[in-house]
Amino acid sequence: MVQNIIDVRNLSKSFDISSKEPGLKGTIKHFFKRQTKSLKVIKDISFEIQEGEIVGFLGANGAGKTTILKMLCGLIYPSEGSIMVSGYLPFMRKENFLKNITLIMGQKQQLIWDLPPIESFYLNASIYDLDKFEAKRRIKKLSEMLEIDKELFIPVRKLSLGQRMKSELLAALIHEPNILFLDEPTLGLDINAQRNLRKFLKKYNKETNATICLTSHYMKDITSLCKRVICVHEGTVSYDGKLDLLLKKLSPVKEILIVCRSEEDAIKLENYGFNVKNKIKNEITIKIENNSITSSLKTILNNFDIEDLFINEPPIDEIIGRVLIKKDYEI
Amino acid sequence: MNPKIFTLLKVQYSNMMEYRVEIALWAISGIIPFFMLNIWTNNNLNESINISDVMLSRYFLCAFFVRQFSVVWVVFSFEEDSLMGKVSPYLIQPLNPFFRYFAQHLAEQITRFPFAILISFFFFIFNPESIWIPNLGILFLSIVSTFLSFIIQFLIQSIVACLCFWTEKASSIERLLFIPTLFLSGLLAPVVSFPTYVKSWIYLTPFPYLIDFPANLLSGNETNISGGLSMQILWIFLLFPLFKKIWSEGTKKYTAMGS
Repeated sequence: MVQNIIDVRNLSKSFDISSKEPGLKGTIKHFFKRQTKSLKVIKDISFEIQEGEIVGFLGANGAGKTTILKMLCGLIYPSEGSIMVSGYLPFMRKENFLKNITLIMGQKQQLIWDLPPIESFYLNASIYDLDKFEAKRRIKKLSEMLEIDKELFIPVRKLSLGQRMKSELLAALIHEPNILFLDEPTLGLDINAQRNLRKFLKKYNKETNATICLTSHYMKDITSLCKRVICVHEGTVSYDGKLDLLLKKLSPVKEILIVCRSEEDAIKLENYGFNVKNKIKNEITIKIENNSITSSLKTILNNFDIEDLFINEPPIDEIIGRVLIKKDYEI
Repeated sequence: MNPKIFTLLKVQYSNMMEYRVEIALWAISGIIPFFMLNIWTNNNLNESINISDVMLSRYFLCAFFVRQFSVVWVVFSFEEDSLMGKVSPYLIQPLNPFFRYFAQHLAEQITRFPFAILISFFFFIFNPESIWIPNLGILFLSIVSTFLSFIIQFLIQSIVACLCFWTEKASSIERLLFIPTLFLSGLLAPVVSFPTYVKSWIYLTPFPYLIDFPANLLSGNETNISGGLSMQILWIFLLFPLFKKIWSEGTKKYTAMGS
């Protein structure tokens, strides 16, 4: 039976934010009396994550995704509610808990800038109590998986962003954590580097059954890695469930562009009873519901002389974008 | 030595070797005691405290040496790392981030050592009458005392650095400590030169145990060795739990800004 590795109940987090009015008057007022207010950035959220799951946290900037990750890994204290990760209270930062997790935040580096990454890897290995032999074995394995075995001895400052990001990942994974918290891991990487990183994360998840919590603004990261997404809107969970269900719900129809052999066929098709979006000469665009695509295509191909047809998927960024601005999604 | 600390030290030493020119310049920038020596001897100020020219020059050379191996800047490093969000990955590793800074300081001291020796060599060329060889026992106790001085300063600055969790600019608080450290530690003048009633108060603070005590010990000036070492250990025992408490309270306040 698959166990819950992360259990979050009624979690909230507030920050004290100071505000200042513009201009000299505001500055003087701010000097003598600071105006602070408590801002609740996470509001009473609950969810569970099972061992081995890859879960994507989606949300607009400032929605609270990163704050959730920071609380899950024990970096910041929750204001209310409870969090259990792998049987530990994260903010207690017990040694065994810390040896089980890792957090990767965009381009924030833990590598020593002027030294080759191999020095930082051995340092991390030592911090996580790995002996030299085991450290060497893991560095070899991970550097091959990440394809950075040739860059291990080049000072970090001389590496490209992609190579640095991969090195960061290696440094963060050298202790083979069971739970990975990844905050925009592909930020700033080129398309190939992004693809390689996703490939690596998939492989790591498959080989180690590690649980991965991921935030990203690149939808490709989410669609290729996560079966489940948690959408965060202004500190609350607006959707928690399967990604494909969400996409089906939000995009129930597909657009099909049909190129007929003649304009007569296009006219015939236009009058057949399909939901026609537009028609230009022998090209006609119709809208078909997802659940009747196969039967509708069969009818079209059997009854009309078709030269070509294209099925247009609505852009996923657009669909997810709609989720991010809505408060609640019932599927 | 703990293998984690040893590896940290090795890595930080490699890192410091990348900055050897800067470290040489920092070592040179620590020559305040030599300026002070000049002021004292040119104005015959030492006569008022019954210290000979030779003993005074040895004292200021030792003050230079002690300063070289006890200088601490952790508050500035921690503040920068904290503001830039670099502390976050360290906080979720099974090692207190201050060990990193501690190893950084030790590695820097090792890198600094040859430059300090070189500066001393030049000092002796210009002041050959000051040459002396301390006996091994005194040398050992002086090294211990200098290390304890470093730990006291490291703890004081670490406590101030932890204030970053409440106020982003903890280094401004550290500047408040700079003045007493400068005047009461023995860097500008041996504490013995202060009026008796002031001295009695100064010796209750940690400052004279930072430079004055180890420098007097190494230079062979008369000093209460057991009393000085005990006070150094006492201050460490007082400061360490305070640091632990403020660290534990501070990390609860941490907002991981910049990350």
